[in-house]
Amino acid sequence: MPLYHNDDQAMLKDSVAPFVAEQAPVSHLRKLRDSADATGFSRDLWAQFTEMGLPGMLVPEAHGGLGMGHMEAGIVLEEIGRNLTPSPFLATSVGAVAALAKAGGTQAGRWLPAIASGEAIVALAIDEGAKHRPDRIAATATRSGNGFRLDGKKSFVLHGHVADMSIVAAKTDGGITLFAVPKNAKGMTADPRRLVDSSLASHVTLDGVEVDADAVIGEVDAGGEILDALLAATRTGAAAEMVGVGQGAMDMTVTYLKERKQFGKLIGEFQGLQHRAAHLYGEMEVARATVMKAQQLLDEGSEGARLMVSVAKAKAGRAANLAVREGVQMHGGIGMTDEYDIGLYMKRDRALAEFMGDVHYHIDQVARMNGY
Amino acid sequence: MSDLDAFRAEVRGWLEANCPAEMREPIREEGDVCWGGRNWVFKNDAQKAWLEACVAKGYTVPDWPKPYGGAGLTPEETKILKQEMKRINARSPLDSFGIWMLGPALLQFGTEEQKVQYLNPIARGEIRWCQGYSEPGSGSDLVSLQTFGEDKGDHWVVNGSKIWTSYADKADWIFCLVRTDKTNKYQGITFMLFDMESPGVTTKPILLISGNSPFCETFFDDVEVPKTQYIGEINRGWDVAKYLLGHEREMISGGGAGGDMVSIGGAFAKAFGKNAAGELDDPILRAEMAAFDVDVFAYRAMGERFMDMWKTGRAHPASSNMMKYVGTELNKRRHELVMSGGGSEALEWDSEETKGGARARGWLRTKANSIEGGTSEVMLNVIAKRILDLPGA
Ligand SMILES: Cc1cc2nc3c(=O)[nH]c(=O)nc-3n(C[C@H](O)[C@H](O)[C@H](O)COP(=O)(O)OP(=O)(O)OC[C@H]3O[C@@H](n4cnc5c(N)ncnc54)[C@H](O)[C@@H]3O)c2cc1C
Ligand SMILES: Cc1cc2nc3c(=O)[nH]c(=O)nc-3n(C[C@H](O)[C@H](O)[C@H](O)COP(=O)(O)OP(=O)(O)OC[C@H]3O[C@@H](n4cnc5c(N)ncnc54)[C@H](O)[C@@H]3O)c2cc1C
Repeated sequence: MPLYHNDDQAMLKDSVAPFVAEQAPVSHLRKLRDSADATGFSRDLWAQFTEMGLPGMLVPEAHGGLGMGHMEAGIVLEEIGRNLTPSPFLATSVGAVAALAKAGGTQAGRWLPAIASGEAIVALAIDEGAKHRPDRIAATATRSGNGFRLDGKKSFVLHGHVADMSIVAAKTDGGITLFAVPKNAKGMTADPRRLVDSSLASHVTLDGVEVDADAVIGEVDAGGEILDALLAATRTGAAAEMVGVGQGAMDMTVTYLKERKQFGKLIGEFQGLQHRAAHLYGEMEVARATVMKAQQLLDEGSEGARLMVSVAKAKAGRAANLAVREGVQMHGGIGMTDEYDIGLYMKRDRALAEFMGDVHYHIDQVARMNGY
Repeated sequence: MSDLDAFRAEVRGWLEANCPAEMREPIREEGDVCWGGRNWVFKNDAQKAWLEACVAKGYTVPDWPKPYGGAGLTPEETKILKQEMKRINARSPLDSFGIWMLGPALLQFGTEEQKVQYLNPIARGEIRWCQGYSEPGSGSDLVSLQTFGEDKGDHWVVNGSKIWTSYADKADWIFCLVRTDKTNKYQGITFMLFDMESPGVTTKPILLISGNSPFCETFFDDVEVPKTQYIGEINRGWDVAKYLLGHEREMISGGGAGGDMVSIGGAFAKAFGKNAAGELDDPILRAEMAAFDVDVFAYRAMGERFMDMWKTGRAHPASSNMMKYVGTELNKRRHELVMSGGGSEALEWDSEETKGGARARGWLRTKANSIEGGTSEVMLNVIAKRILDLPGA
């Protein structure tokens, strides 16, 4: 498979790009923010996503989805990134679907069709501290009655307060187990916080939450592998979204360089800015290729995917961060204003950078995978 | 089995039968590289046998058409051949400016006669070429070049000098930019080919900071060049030159520039030792090396994408400038880390254990990566102007 979009993928992009740009441009985010919306995204927009079949892209056909791959999901995520579109797509349609499809069984049968039909929003309750450390899960699941009792705290749970189901990672006697915890489960509270990018993420408390035995996603104690699948998909997806964010910021900036005059010249004529813009272009292109490579390896089920996923999250993180920093700087004073969009790109980048492991976390993973 | 799978199986079998064991070893020193040419002395029988086997099969230039010494492979087949050679760590049978630079330009601009005449010896490694572009006063601003060819009817008489001519002292022929019209800057340059043994050609080596000297100043003193030995049109050599530079960049970024594209950190565990957690015992350098690894693996993905796109005509024509810029800067960073990771051992300049200071010399050599074939600054200028379309660049 070559590392560019084939005809079908190009067609998908040709339909998704104008759709997202028209229905959910940056002004859509502003409207939600300025109206202090309490959901974190627009239900109407999600219904439109559903009409396009997007929520179930990665859902296997047997469960009512389109059975597509990460490469295709990446196309949607890049447009979401470019337009700063608030949406549950990444957590629900990429992360949760990857876990459920990997696990199969009752929970897959229950939730995958609901995701594909746009009815279910799923939250990922993995992290517990301010930094992503999925190998340090302290929340516990203890056997109780014919099910389990969950205790602990989760943080940075996107859509946690509105999700129809949350995938909760907890420690069991022999390992990690993932649970599908439905909305309104007794003892589970989600306390939403507005983040810098104006999205909503929750602090989730699990205080003696009782779930049935069949709430287990996959097998008891064997959640590690499913969690890995969830993480790989979500990280790659976040990286794709960051490529979109970086590209959006870079495009705005390059356009500005061609319009703004100072010292009697277009500022784009100054070599000091040209070289930085050209450097940024190179970094963005490398990041894009890297994310595609990770998507390709994931779709092939390749051994090398794990390494490339971390490389992609780190590289996309670096490139997008450069794009938003250069973006604000090259816009001069206007880049500092709330009215102008470039600052919103900087904010979204910061949130995505932190989500599912920052640049440093993934660089460290790359060192470990290479034996040092 | 698809045709490509069948091809892969065939290539695998052929390599197994034809690539000598000695040619499946990493390049360790300059002499391991086979450059060919009139005066080439093979390092050993295996080097000779490997070249001959590849020549017979058209595998020194697999994607060139068969009449010109190639194997006429499609881009997909070429990729498979490269993958299979890489899989067994096969050395390149022949390294050559003729293959990397002149060949593609001839394929694009040469007459049928010229293609047959020049491409076959290039494919067989019989003629070693050098590149006569830069002059003391014309580096980045190449088009300002002054070496002049005076029209004498059926031949030119060329006078002037070139600088930085890699391997001019070992090359058989030169492809050379010569001004043939002083009134027109861009449309006054002719792309000429001539024998380095022509009367009036002399070379003088230039010693580099690496202590090596494969580079020369080249002087032309009333050199006669027949009017048959030019490519493209007279006075339109700049088109050929630019096309060729694109391939030079592709070559520098594809091969040398990114280095061998493997993880760097593990290699230095011996020098540092590891801590109880199994990590390299210098946390700052470990982090820098891992950050570098991320960039290397990422660049490798970019290389694959670039090649996939380039070969199917999807790449922006100036994207080779981007590859060159990113790749050469990366390779310089690699060698800074290699020196740092090697500690005092990497400083040794002439000991046997360090193969004559190979690391230190290699480190210094890489500093030219972002100068030769166009400097990084010039690459950035081109990206700004041609890809980002910034004004007045
Ligand atoms: C928070 C804040 C507070 C401020 N407070 C005050 C205040 O109290 N009083 C006041 O008078 N002003 C104030 N300013 C304005 C400030 O001085 C200007 O924003 C600043 O001088 C830059 O001008 P500009 O915003 O028009 O950017 P521009 O001049 O349009 O610059 C845009 C980009 O082009 C670059 N650029 C411009 N010219 C060149 C060149 N020749 N070579 C290379 N690059 C170039 C710039 O570096 C920048 O990256 C404030 C600005 C901010 C953001
Ligand atoms: C190891 C090595 C091998 C080489 N092999 C060959 C060969 O085989 N054949 C051949 O013909 N040539 C060869 N070259 C020459 C090479 O192509 C030139 O060195 C190169 O093009 C730069 O030219 P220069 O050295 O004259 O530097 P200059 O052009 O003088 O540049 C000096 C500095 O100014 C910067 N600069 C110049 N113009 C601009 C601009 N417009 N904007 C911003 N910055 C600018 C440059 O980036 C550089 O940093 C080789 C060079 C080296 C070092």
